[in-house]
Amino acid sequence: MTGGDRGVNAPLRALGTRARSRPLLAAATAAGCALAATAAVLVPTQTGAARERPDRPPAAVEGPARGVSATKCANPAASLRPTGDLDGPAVQRIKARGKLIAGVDQNSYRWGYRNPATGELSGFDIDLVHAIAKDILGDPGKVMFLAIPTNRRIPAVQSGKVDIIARTMTINCDRIKQVAFSTAYFEAGQQVLVPKGSPVKAFDDSLKGKKVCTAEGSTAEAKVREEPHGSTLLTVPNHLDCLVRLQLGQVDAVVNDNALAAGQAAQDPSVELVGKPFTTEPYGVAMNLKDVDLVRRVNKVLEDYRSGGANSPWMQAYQHWLASGLGGADAPPAPEYRD
Amino acid sequence: MSHPQPAGAVAPPTPVPSPPAPAQPPERSVAWREALDRLRAAATTEPGRLRIIGAVLALLLVAFGTVTAWQVAARASAADDVVHRSQPLSADAADIYRSLADADTTAASGFLAGGQEPRAVRQRYEKDIARASELLVKAAAGTAGSDTSRSRIAELNAALPQYTGLVEAARANNRQGLPLGGAYLRYAGDRMRDDLLPAARGLYESETGRLGSDYGDAKSWPWAALGTGVLALAALGRAQRRSFLRTNRVFNHGLLAATGATTVVLLWLAVGHGVARSGLESSSAHGAESLQVLNEARIGSLQARGDENLTLVARGAVLTKNGDDAYEASYRDGMGKLIGGGQGAPAPGSLLDRARDLADDTAGRAPVEAAIKDVREWQRRHSGARATDDGGYYDQAVPKVIGETGSTGESFDRVDDELRQALDHEQSEFRQAADDGRGALSGLAEGAAVLAVLGAAGAVLGIGRRLSEYR
Repeated sequence: MTGGDRGVNAPLRALGTRARSRPLLAAATAAGCALAATAAVLVPTQTGAARERPDRPPAAVEGPARGVSATKCANPAASLRPTGDLDGPAVQRIKARGKLIAGVDQNSYRWGYRNPATGELSGFDIDLVHAIAKDILGDPGKVMFLAIPTNRRIPAVQSGKVDIIARTMTINCDRIKQVAFSTAYFEAGQQVLVPKGSPVKAFDDSLKGKKVCTAEGSTAEAKVREEPHGSTLLTVPNHLDCLVRLQLGQVDAVVNDNALAAGQAAQDPSVELVGKPFTTEPYGVAMNLKDVDLVRRVNKVLEDYRSGGANSPWMQAYQHWLASGLGGADAPPAPEYRD
Repeated sequence: MSHPQPAGAVAPPTPVPSPPAPAQPPERSVAWREALDRLRAAATTEPGRLRIIGAVLALLLVAFGTVTAWQVAARASAADDVVHRSQPLSADAADIYRSLADADTTAASGFLAGGQEPRAVRQRYEKDIARASELLVKAAAGTAGSDTSRSRIAELNAALPQYTGLVEAARANNRQGLPLGGAYLRYAGDRMRDDLLPAARGLYESETGRLGSDYGDAKSWPWAALGTGVLALAALGRAQRRSFLRTNRVFNHGLLAATGATTVVLLWLAVGHGVARSGLESSSAHGAESLQVLNEARIGSLQARGDENLTLVARGAVLTKNGDDAYEASYRDGMGKLIGGGQGAPAPGSLLDRARDLADDTAGRAPVEAAIKDVREWQRRHSGARATDDGGYYDQAVPKVIGETGSTGESFDRVDDELRQALDHEQSEFRQAADDGRGALSGLAEGAAVLAVLGAAGAVLGIGRRLSEYR
């Protein structure tokens, strides 16, 4: 990895910058959650341009909801404090069952994927689920993993089929009306993945006349349709299918979450992320809106997960799964609370 | 024995209206006129009339023999084509189709086994690909005539190496533990479904269409031969009646022999062709219908098996419009066509139901019955494996699908084997019926020719005998 590092590192350096400004954030949070939200948005970062539009899903996808939610959804990533009832009915339900039911992905390399050699699920999201199981049940192994397809994540939570979803799920204004999210445990953004040496340099007019691949129904698809920059679009069922098309020379670029794209780059050293992320996508653990105690409990787990500086479990998981694809990160994203 | 001469001499009466005669050189014109005059004069005398009658009879009989030999030879060669050319080509096309579907299914099984891909699975995949390539070469050589077949073969030849390349990429990535391998395998599977299998199906349909047209050629009634035969018999009858009225002699041995020979040829032709036709019809019932339905059932079960494997490979990565797993939905669809929903007996109109109805003896029905039972078992095991996977126990679901015993794979292998047995049985039934049919035509062309010549000789001799009475 040489030329690719710059692009890949950008969001992580942004995370680092943001983490260093944690005291400021904490103060702002204490002053009031609306203020905190504003502060979070305004903290100057290297990717400031992208951050000016936080969590605004493209109009094509969730347009109708935007007008309503815009006023009371200044910061969807703000969650419930890990204080008060941490052992309520939802946590008791899990304890009675003796297993945490977690909806995960099996196809996202380094996040949630099943290693064909061992048959084991592993990745950054999976480690987090184990940490949650350990906190609630005292045993990281007491988990039942269910593979939940992207478009079934919200129904699976709402119907109670799963307790939590840890599946590279972006927190946004539309979704917080349907499910409850933990604090953000990762911050990703849409970015462009190309073969090394490609004339495509970013999500800009260098895409003119090129063929771009996105996953069907993804926010990336909506974004490319909104601003095609002269490119033509190919959609495929799964984001990984885009890498197949890219390797076969059927498309010139892939637009994707950089977190997932980093997992793709980790499978093919001859591709790289270019340009800056042009959206902000905080990932959260999704839970049922009624399971308030579970949300607080998971946030507590996340607090523990983040703490410990360079030796925090978060940093260790990051080093293990993501550092090679995304480069070095200094710290996890700071939690934000709304109560 | 010099009497046949008149036949030759009288042969040219066709150009009787000879208006071009004046334009001809004088000598020719005179010769024509003389011949015509002789004929007119002959028609007024009894010996002359007898000569004309003899000539007409001989001509009719020779024509009958020739038309019969020609039409029968054409049908026998069409029947030969059915047995030796179009049916094997159609069966080969079905085999290409099946080999490709089997390769795809096997690739997915091996993929699920990951680094521990059993050697037998790998060998089966390689054998399938080798078989398909080999049969494609054979089909390209055998199918020189048909444009459709040729373009399908070209498509298959172009797409097959791409497919195997994708499978190898899938395997290599999978062995490195990269989920990209699964995406490659799904892409390979899409190419198989969207390009290769439709082209193989097109080839199969084109070759089967040719089989149908060869059948049609072999089975069409030889109307011209039958017509000339009846005409010859009628003429012989009239000649004998005339002879009886004039001479009061009941029998003219020569004419009687000619009548006998003609009757024999006519009966032989009608019965022989009838038998050949029924043999071919029964072979067609087995060949074009039974074999076709069984082939479709076998390919249907292969595709359902491929879907089942890919459901585990894709792990929910591909969904239908209503959010169901695309491969599981396709499996259900395929099973619906193969056996229909519910339990026990196959749904009416499903492939296995039709295959069972078309099987006309116990030896043919038994493997189909067994396949029905095993498909039902497969469905039960499949539900169990799905429930295990959906319950979050992926690693326990995999052995329920690709394991050695008690797995859906075991059921599938049994079904595939039983359908192969049924196919083999129907194939030999077909071959036997077609051979019987073809056998009914053997010797008919030569026999008809010889008998017709004998008949003509008899007629000429018979008339000659009457003629000699005028010397």
